[in-house]
Amino acid sequence: MSRDGWTVGGIGATAVVLVVSAVIGFVALPYAQPDLRLAGLWDAICSAAGVAAPAPPQEQAPGPVQKVSSVVVSNDMLAAADQQSVGRGATLAHQCAICHGPTGVSRADSPSLSGQYAASIYKQLKDFKTGARVNVVMTPFAVDLSEQDMVDIAAYYAYLPRLPVPRRTVDHPIPRIVASGAPLRGIAPCGSCHGDLDNKMGTPWLGGQSAAYFREQLRAFASGERRNDINQQMRAIARRMTPEEMDEAALYYSGEAGAVH
Amino acid sequence: MLINKRLILAHFWFAFAVFGVALLLGAWQMLMRSPLSGWIENPEWYYRSLTGHGTMMGYVFPTLVAMGFGYAISESALGQPLVGPRWAWAGLGLIAAGSVIGLVPVALGRASVLYTFYPPLIGHPLYYVGVVLVVVGSWIWVALMSINLRVWKRANPGKPVPLAMFANVAGSYLWAWTAVGAALELLLQILPVAFGLRDTIDAGLARVFFSWTLHAIVYFWLMPTYIAYYTIVPRAIGGRLYSDTMGRIAFILFLVVAMPIGIHHAFMDPEVGAGFKFLHSAFTALVALPTLLTVFTICASVEIAARLRGGRGLFGWISALPWGNPIMLAVLFSFLMLGFGGAGGLINMSYQLDAAIHNTQWITGHFHLIFGGAIVIMYFAIAYDLWPHLTGRPLASLRLMRLQLWLWFVGMIVTTFPWHWVGILGMPRRMAYFDYADPALSPLAFSVTLSVIGGFILVLSGILFFVVLLRGHAGPAIEAGAYRFALAVHPPVRVPAALNSFGLWVALMIGLTVTNYGYPILHLALGGGASVQAVYVGGQR
Repeated sequence: MSRDGWTVGGIGATAVVLVVSAVIGFVALPYAQPDLRLAGLWDAICSAAGVAAPAPPQEQAPGPVQKVSSVVVSNDMLAAADQQSVGRGATLAHQCAICHGPTGVSRADSPSLSGQYAASIYKQLKDFKTGARVNVVMTPFAVDLSEQDMVDIAAYYAYLPRLPVPRRTVDHPIPRIVASGAPLRGIAPCGSCHGDLDNKMGTPWLGGQSAAYFREQLRAFASGERRNDINQQMRAIARRMTPEEMDEAALYYSGEAGAVH
Repeated sequence: MLINKRLILAHFWFAFAVFGVALLLGAWQMLMRSPLSGWIENPEWYYRSLTGHGTMMGYVFPTLVAMGFGYAISESALGQPLVGPRWAWAGLGLIAAGSVIGLVPVALGRASVLYTFYPPLIGHPLYYVGVVLVVVGSWIWVALMSINLRVWKRANPGKPVPLAMFANVAGSYLWAWTAVGAALELLLQILPVAFGLRDTIDAGLARVFFSWTLHAIVYFWLMPTYIAYYTIVPRAIGGRLYSDTMGRIAFILFLVVAMPIGIHHAFMDPEVGAGFKFLHSAFTALVALPTLLTVFTICASVEIAARLRGGRGLFGWISALPWGNPIMLAVLFSFLMLGFGGAGGLINMSYQLDAAIHNTQWITGHFHLIFGGAIVIMYFAIAYDLWPHLTGRPLASLRLMRLQLWLWFVGMIVTTFPWHWVGILGMPRRMAYFDYADPALSPLAFSVTLSVIGGFILVLSGILFFVVLLRGHAGPAIEAGAYRFALAVHPPVRVPAALNSFGLWVALMIGLTVTNYGYPILHLALGGGASVQAVYVGGQR
């Protein structure tokens, strides 16, 4: 075969395979699908190419009965706090100190806030303010906060040193639910988002939280009393946790494991 | 004639050292996820190891083997000293630097994203920078292979390019083009996010870009193996290559159709239209053609060798083959594993069948059987064949080589067959631990345990491989003679220009990329709105 023979043969064979496959893939197969309603040939080709069909007009979907969180968490939210914001936050945080401790370390089974991620504090304040999360003590404090107040308070607490996750020891190893979760119940390890193994955007750091608060929140998530978690992430997990697992995680993160057992 | 022996040896030794480390990581991973070990306390270590294993085995090891073998082919097949040896050393240096730069963040747990990158997971930027350096280093090799061929062609106008070099350059062009997909993903999408310039990423588009690389990269890994089938095996067993032309056509077909088929890796991705999935499926079926041509040609070549040795009868010639020769043994094992792996591949490329095994341990079994089995066992054979010519010392113990190859074959079968099986039962891949105590999973425990034993056999074989090579370095000096490739039954005197050059075939490869990938990429890139928040490995930023 001459060079031209190979050129014509190569291009021709490739083109034939391409055209035949394209006709089958973009015309024959869409028409072969009984539940695909097509307006015509062009519609078939577009659907096979992956062009999204315009959504049919529908009535406004009814909103949720309860308030849900309006916060959209992103990687860059509250990323760079300036010193003035931290300073304003420190002043505003005086009103928080009675429960959350003057240095953000609570001794009253309310959450410790020292070193907490700014995004987490901001989200909870905003949820209290909008009513997505309700607490008889916290809600009255939060409703009066402005957007800037919440940003500043978050910046201040994030600026304080973070409480460590207690070191594991031979006597008190890391509990299975924290390190491995429960794969067959669809529970990811606590530590893969909340600290010790890894941390993920929007999740709070749990090191040093009081065990009583921790248990109470898990119980509230499981019962559906608390529902400001995005996409039900925590509710889905808490519902499937056993009371023993909740206890183990609470004692582990609080560092009270040694004191209780 | 082999002149730059140190260069070639450095490539092979670096490749095999990386392979040794990654092999141990692989065995450790298998143990950790099996019933023989308790649940790993920190699963992050598993993914750290998995990222290291994949990066070393997928990017560094085969690339260096292809490069080292490529330089050896260029010098011995063309019979001219390598043009640009300094550039070749620079390429090796870039790969060494890239490997270190990339693997340090992995070892520190800052880039446990797996070698497929897996966006929206984002690791430390240096990991990706390291991978880019490895690819850039290999592109130097691509350029050198092209330049060396051009220099030879100018000195030998009208002569047929030796098959080994023709295939070698085809492989290098395939790699150059197929690496572009992952390079685009890294440069346009992942690196800006890793450096913090953006914090969202379109994972669907990233997967389409990666599929551009992910399938043809396997054919790039395969190239040294196929070159060995055609140009080492017939000579090593005392025969001749059945058809030189068939070899050229097979390598040309790989060049044209190995690349525009990658979307069969994205069958379950909703972002890609079903029509394009079918198109890629059809072309994937086509890529079986060069493999079938190869199996036919090599079986015919082996039969020629057997009949030259006095083999008789319809099948009686098989017993006349030199079964004591490690290369003969390697090609048999390689074909067996290629056959099983290829049969599994037909299931992967079929849209409906793929749904049953998508993201299961079946897939892990499939690519270990093809790459770790059929391909790597021929890398061993290439090393055994080439070593005396590189070191000037013989590899003394054929028994040890045979044992090593037997162990690799048995180990790979024992590892991957149970993986295929548990994959059918639904066992997901990329998991650090399983609750085998659960009644739903306990039937998997036996098969998984079996595969761990296979993994340990592979480690044993890997150790033997190093023993053979190291003992070779300690042997007495000999004159190994010139390194030669197999002669064809009818050595080519004149070949058509199309079978002696690449212009037309590279044009077809790029053309098919445009037809098969153009719309899906533009659709996703311009459609927008599908980006999600990046998930940074190693903590919130």
